[in-house]
Amino acid sequence: METQYDPVRPGETSPITIIVDGTPVRGLNGQTVAGVLMGAGRLAWRTTRNGRPRGVFCGIGVCHDCLVAVNGLSDVRACQRRAADGDSISTEAQA
Amino acid sequence: MSAAGMTVETPDVLVVGAGPAGLAAADAARNAGARVVLLDAAGDAGGQYWRHLPAERPAANERILHHGWDRFTALRGQEILTDAQVWLAERHDDRPPTLHVLVGPADGRDRVPRTFAPKALVLATGAYERTLPFPGWDLPGVFTAGAAQALAKSERVAVGRRVLVAGAGPFLLPVASSLIRTGAEVVGVLEANGWPRLGRGWSRRPTELLATRHKTGELAGYVRDLARHRIPYRAATAVVAAHGAGQVSSVTVARLDPRWAPIPGTSRDISVDAVCVSHGFVPRVELAVSAGCGLDAYGAVVTDHDGRTTVPGVYAAGEITGIGGADLALAEGVVAGLAAAGATASDAQRRSLSENQRFAARLEAAHGIRPGWVGWLGDDTTVCRCEEVTAGDLRAGAAATGSRGLRSLRLSTRAGLGVCQGRVCGRTVEELLHRHTGGLLDPGRTEQRPLAAFVRLGELAAAEEQEHS
Repeated sequence: METQYDPVRPGETSPITIIVDGTPVRGLNGQTVAGVLMGAGRLAWRTTRNGRPRGVFCGIGVCHDCLVAVNGLSDVRACQRRAADGDSISTEAQA
Repeated sequence: MSAAGMTVETPDVLVVGAGPAGLAAADAARNAGARVVLLDAAGDAGGQYWRHLPAERPAANERILHHGWDRFTALRGQEILTDAQVWLAERHDDRPPTLHVLVGPADGRDRVPRTFAPKALVLATGAYERTLPFPGWDLPGVFTAGAAQALAKSERVAVGRRVLVAGAGPFLLPVASSLIRTGAEVVGVLEANGWPRLGRGWSRRPTELLATRHKTGELAGYVRDLARHRIPYRAATAVVAAHGAGQVSSVTVARLDPRWAPIPGTSRDISVDAVCVSHGFVPRVELAVSAGCGLDAYGAVVTDHDGRTTVPGVYAAGEITGIGGADLALAEGVVAGLAAAGATASDAQRRSLSENQRFAARLEAAHGIRPGWVGWLGDDTTVCRCEEVTAGDLRAGAAATGSRGLRSLRLSTRAGLGVCQGRVCGRTVEELLHRHTGGLLDPGRTEQRPLAAFVRLGELAAAEEQEHS
């Protein structure tokens, strides 16, 4: 939600940029990888072996639907991993 | 262990989980003079109930998304080891288990191993959602209600623009409120149970509610939110299918009979871009099971009135002892924390526990899952999301093998064997197989997982080397 209209009034934070499959995606420092992706309007980023799209389902690290590779390390839960500026995210070839 | 090897830390009390129960337990144990280590797998304290914006974005008005925020701010000041994932409980006969922990970024590669052999252990690992399957529930845009809550509270991201909230239980109401405050349009809240059951569950012996009146007030606040935003709340109604190409664009909702079976001729489609579904909660018991703690018929950890489990020196508090909400978790945490530190709870502290337990019983009476939900499954409905096993696969597997063994049927169908290790579908798979086989011979085994968390083989090898160097 746009900070200036947010009733929770989040504090100032710095923007970050992560690289998702080669494309820069902007987020906010303190967000998870899933938060950055969803904040940018992405709902799905993984494909099951039967070709079905998946993204966040449980949001608390239980379901493993949101797996991505972070800086070359595969099988990282996007909803649990805090995004760091410059992180390289790959959504291909996940479990 | 050699001097050069890993140090084993020996606190008086180790508390696992820094949600309401764990925070209260650690605080009570510290106040009783114990040396306490409190750890949590997440990057911050609060658990799912008090999830909040991270330190990088401290909010000025965080409290509007929370109840009991002052209690949290008082409790969060204590020392907490965050980003600490327990992955193994090594059992001993005469004392609490030794816990092996990895500390560092979630699912990372170079986390720091630490080992704790506490004099007393308090497990406060909480619960996660039970979401029943329906056709299309694996489409992007279908979320657990908890996901909507987590993204709203700690990311300020709404899961959709037009969102339907559905399932069973009072948790649907705060989820709708958080979505509203995150800028989403909530098109409705659907409760599977009808008014007669809700009325019986909630209004029997109304004097009992006086003791938990702060909770009644909390619910009233959410109901006011629904009224103010003209959001319909429908009882005896459920989402029975989700539709869309690549993501949800609409859902089918239907009226349910008292057993939760869809009533023919009552279904209609609603256009949405997200749906949040919750049918209750499952205690997160894998650590308790590895520690050898006994479970009750609902899969919750059995405790006595001081929070003692069936294993000497191991205590449990909060949702893993039975689903009852944050107030019960706080009360149980205090009592278990005191007992773990060798102190005794006062009568008043124990009384607050029993009042809250009555609330938990009401919750189950009014909102517990009813068996008619299988009526919204089709043969091609995915049940196990990880391995993409359908309801038809389970039925066929049971028929083809004639087996009544959960373990063998899971191995032959692959249901519950994927990366989540049956955490999402386990109970559903057990219930469906129970029907198809005429009764499983080994129910409950889904909860038994040798490793309490996902861990990389490389990290295991590194921890092993360090231990033996």
